[in-house]
Amino acid sequence: MTSDSVNWEAVRADFPILHQEVRGNPLIYFDSAASSQKPRQVIDALTRYYEHDNANVHRGLHELSSRATDAFEAARNKVAKFLNAASADEIIFTRGTTEGINLVAQAYGTRYVKEGDAILLTEMEHHSNLVPWQLLAERTGASLRFVPVLEDGTLDLSKLPELLTPEVKIFSFTHISNSLGTVNPVADLCRAARAVGAISVVDAAQSAGHLPVDVQALGCDFLALSGHKMCAPTGIGALYGRAEVLEKTPPYHGGGEMIVSVSLHKSTYKEAPHRFEAGTPNIAGAVGLGAAVDYLESIGRQNIAAHDGELVRYAQQRMEADVPGIRIIGPRDRSGLVGFVMESAHPHDLTTYADRYGLALRGGHHCNQPLMKKFKLPGTSRASFYFYNTKEEIDRMITILQEAARFFS
Amino acid sequence: MIPNSDLEELYQQVLLDHSRRPRNFGELSEADATEAGEKVVKVQGDNPSCGDEIVVSVKLADTGLKLADIKFTGQGCAISQASASLMTIKTKGRSRAEVEELIAAFHDLITKQTENPPDILGDLQLLQGVWRFPQRVKCATLAWRALEQALREGSASVVTTEVEG
Repeated sequence: MTSDSVNWEAVRADFPILHQEVRGNPLIYFDSAASSQKPRQVIDALTRYYEHDNANVHRGLHELSSRATDAFEAARNKVAKFLNAASADEIIFTRGTTEGINLVAQAYGTRYVKEGDAILLTEMEHHSNLVPWQLLAERTGASLRFVPVLEDGTLDLSKLPELLTPEVKIFSFTHISNSLGTVNPVADLCRAARAVGAISVVDAAQSAGHLPVDVQALGCDFLALSGHKMCAPTGIGALYGRAEVLEKTPPYHGGGEMIVSVSLHKSTYKEAPHRFEAGTPNIAGAVGLGAAVDYLESIGRQNIAAHDGELVRYAQQRMEADVPGIRIIGPRDRSGLVGFVMESAHPHDLTTYADRYGLALRGGHHCNQPLMKKFKLPGTSRASFYFYNTKEEIDRMITILQEAARFFS
Repeated sequence: MIPNSDLEELYQQVLLDHSRRPRNFGELSEADATEAGEKVVKVQGDNPSCGDEIVVSVKLADTGLKLADIKFTGQGCAISQASASLMTIKTKGRSRAEVEELIAAFHDLITKQTENPPDILGDLQLLQGVWRFPQRVKCATLAWRALEQALREGSASVVTTEVEG
């Protein structure tokens, strides 16, 4: 697969923030796994919305309210198409992946998970796909189980039969590991969950903006994503829930927007997705997410995945060949990020050093404390790429890492 | 690449040497308090945003008025390790009042530009470069917060407030 059909230089020009100097050096932004940058098209969509259409949704009988409602629901349709959901009613707007997972744990989990049941996770989960389940287990008396991670950074699937038993009610796992770059076999895992009557929950924070994600092909029951990691603003995300599962899920938050009728002692609730969206939603955020989806679709996620892949392979090869004392953590076959440790420098010292030369890396435990403990690492440094990055930037990173290795040894 | 003067100031060779070969590395135990009026206190300091961990153990003498001995263990970045190492050297054998004066002077040194640092700081001035790196202040203060807590004779762990996402 090649990504030659896209004019990547023109694409990069869409991102105003990338064209600046940091401390006298050209900015190299290699922290997109933490948060991506935003193209002018998304920024313009926000401005347009606030300058022309802003009002509350689903309640006003005036022109602006209709426009805002239309824009909000149009964004829902775009996200549904983007994920190939069967219906836009299967898309709930959230603040991000963390809220999406908490919604499933609290609304679905509290109703359907009982004492003696089990929740299956993996050892590579981000804290946001771990702590909500710890809270649920504490509340319900259910137990937590974990699919182990092998030395090479992939899941030990040989253990799945003994872990994924009929006591398991929920199997929640990440599509792509945010620190290892591992891409998990989501469709296989969802099928295995369904075979024992468990629902599957996919953390798509690192995947949704990077490769084609088709919820029907994956066969998942829930899938959570964050807008800000895929060119949309912060504070907006989406949760896909399969219609059949959403129908039997009780409300999450109570408030306006989610009710049919309210008396002092009892209320009746709307159907999904509105049942899960209490209060005035992040309308502008949703509009921004819709614009981001349009933008990503105009490039094509196959092309984005191919471009990410070229960058990460090039980075891996150059780091191993040209930087002394570097060890790369995770599988050879990885998504567009590379976690590594440098013998002579702690990840935080290396990140501070890189920052002085305009290179934005992430250093630390990446909200993966149990995984770092398992690999006996104090943390790692991480370079994460997106389609607006270039091989020239990787070359500059290599020079900075070489200098750092010399500086700290 | 052009050498960066802020980095050169922050990571001086002496500081890197302290981080690689920390002094007074180890732990004290109850058995080390042999005289009347002596007490061993241990405090663990954690930096949840970066995973740095340090255990500072002190032997207080004269019913808490003197810091008779101090050691630390732990792992973390060059700044946190060097700061802990230098702290043990500068505080060992000092009176409580002097240690408290050091703590305050050190805090000022790494959080704001200081023209004439007080003499009491001595080698701790190696860490002066930290003030240009606000995100690293919590690395430099981790061991010191544990020491402060030990002086209060508490035993709970010290947790710095910043939390990384």
